[in-house]
Amino acid sequence: MSITPPGVSSKDFSDALKQFEETVGKEWVFTSDEDVALYRDAYSPFWGEPEERVASAAVAPYTVEQVQAVMKTANEYKIPVYPISTGKNLGYGGSAPNLSGSVVLDLKRMNRILNVDERDASALVEPGVSYFDLYRHIQDRKLKLWVDVPDPGWGSPVGNSLDHGGGYLQPMYRNHFDSHCGMEVVLANGEVMRTGMGAMPGAQSWQQYKFGFGPWIDGMFSQSNFGVVTKMGFWLMPEPDAYLTGTVSVPRYEDLIPMIDILTLLENSGISNGMPGLGSPILGGFMMPQRAPEVTAMLQKDGVESPELHKYAQDKGIPFWSCTVKFYGPEKAIRAQWEYAQEKFSAIAGAKFKDDEFYKFPLTPDQFNKVHKPEMGIPSLEMFSIGARSPYNPTPGQGHIWFSPIIPRTGEAVLEANKVFAKAAKDFGLPLLSFSLPTTYWMRSFIFLFGFPITHDVATNKKNRETFKQVVKVAAEHGWGEYRTAPAFQDAVMDTYSFNNHALRRFHETVKDAVDPNGIISAGRYGIWPKHLRGNKPGGEKA
Amino acid sequence: MKALIFLALAACAFGADEATLQKGQKVYEYWCATCHGPGNLPGTVALQTKYKGAKPALLSERTDLLPAVTKTFVRHGVSIMPFFRKTEISDADLDALAAYLARNKK
Repeated sequence: MSITPPGVSSKDFSDALKQFEETVGKEWVFTSDEDVALYRDAYSPFWGEPEERVASAAVAPYTVEQVQAVMKTANEYKIPVYPISTGKNLGYGGSAPNLSGSVVLDLKRMNRILNVDERDASALVEPGVSYFDLYRHIQDRKLKLWVDVPDPGWGSPVGNSLDHGGGYLQPMYRNHFDSHCGMEVVLANGEVMRTGMGAMPGAQSWQQYKFGFGPWIDGMFSQSNFGVVTKMGFWLMPEPDAYLTGTVSVPRYEDLIPMIDILTLLENSGISNGMPGLGSPILGGFMMPQRAPEVTAMLQKDGVESPELHKYAQDKGIPFWSCTVKFYGPEKAIRAQWEYAQEKFSAIAGAKFKDDEFYKFPLTPDQFNKVHKPEMGIPSLEMFSIGARSPYNPTPGQGHIWFSPIIPRTGEAVLEANKVFAKAAKDFGLPLLSFSLPTTYWMRSFIFLFGFPITHDVATNKKNRETFKQVVKVAAEHGWGEYRTAPAFQDAVMDTYSFNNHALRRFHETVKDAVDPNGIISAGRYGIWPKHLRGNKPGGEKA
Repeated sequence: MKALIFLALAACAFGADEATLQKGQKVYEYWCATCHGPGNLPGTVALQTKYKGAKPALLSERTDLLPAVTKTFVRHGVSIMPFFRKTEISDADLDALAAYLARNKK
């Protein structure tokens, strides 16, 4: 093996590994260079550099009792461990630890679907269960349930929700952490704990009532390093009768503001209950008509505020903005909801409407092949088409990382963010952004998703890392914070959440010291370092 | 029948029995087909773009995949396809997968 955990003697490491082998079996402790290399982050922005965060070994328990035993051993020998679920958090760290030399606690073998209850539309799963697994389980049993899936379906409901991932169905399911109900957690000392109603022996409602009694602490186990989650409950969406989408388009640049206000009202009122899509017919882009060359010229000359561009759109009768609203439910109800939505959007002069998709369930095979699968609760890997080799992308890179700031859910914020990020792109030598529209995963906020390419060229990756940190700072100067990021940037992002001299991070550290005094769980994850590795420099990169 | 004879010959050629091939097919369908199956899936489109019809875009139809090639891609990845850990595809599963994808080797 090439490295040992920092601060751990070779003998202690060797003794700990032997105990891991006794716990899980020799074949499930990985120490050879060849095997440990499989725990690298395939999309690491430090690929091949000394700073790349790499594991020293991996251990793969099969039961919660084995997880407890591994944690007891790790705590005894002060071995840093880094739990992963399916290890497919690509773009946000993959299966590699924050702290080089950590032992990856690979929970993939814990892949049991412990319960799916059609009557109350819930599931209880282990961390190694993937969205594909849960979907197939439900399909095999012909249950009328949908799982809210993220774009890549090979991830884990447990891991994705703990990292605050999102999907595409109704708002109460789209935020994956919000839609969980009850956890089982193994603590640093090996003790097992259940949250919510699960804390009561014999409780019948672990997946029905989140809060149990006393402080609700589930959030402390997301984007953190306070415990190892070994079970999670989730609320599933009953299969709807039908799905309908319609698009409103509005003519003027300034119409973005009322269009988003009306959309927000419709969503907050429960009228539009699918994930809306924002677009710009004049500017083109994803799922939009191709942009005219003269529009590109006007954008390059004066930006999106160009009066010439606004006049061009008016003269040509090309709408400036569009919004596709989506509805799940009984056919009669969702047709009425779409009609009501049109009434509300009609407040914008010149608004036009178009009926788009309508499906009843189950889908026909033709429909199945045609639809954007996550919007139907169907896991898929089709999103990787964006980065994979294709006629549009003949020389693909080696991956991506996401810059993904949260901004307010207003048209003003969208326009302002575009100005700021366009300037940042120019200042930092990034490809010029003509205009970007946010994604609508969350009901109450917007999120921008900007991909940064990962290459195997050290100089390019180094430049991209520096730029990434710069845009994090620029965003924070405007009050826009990242919702999630790769380990390489977690310190830098946590450093931007600095209200009252980093009171939040200091609270995290207080909790960390109390629940994991030896600092063995996921050191550095989301900027939370154990006392002995904390250092003095906020935002500093720890190797 | 022809298919069975061919399958048997291919299996003999790489020392894979029917049970191994069936296991390999299951591994393929579980892990690979979600990206390399029929349709506009990313892996299939990538290979179509790369080979422009000179080789089948579907891995399951390839006739040139030596077991060592499959194993290299699974354990080392390529482009945006990551490598797979042994808790995902064990060595035994990978042997079966490699045998399955080599069954048509000419």
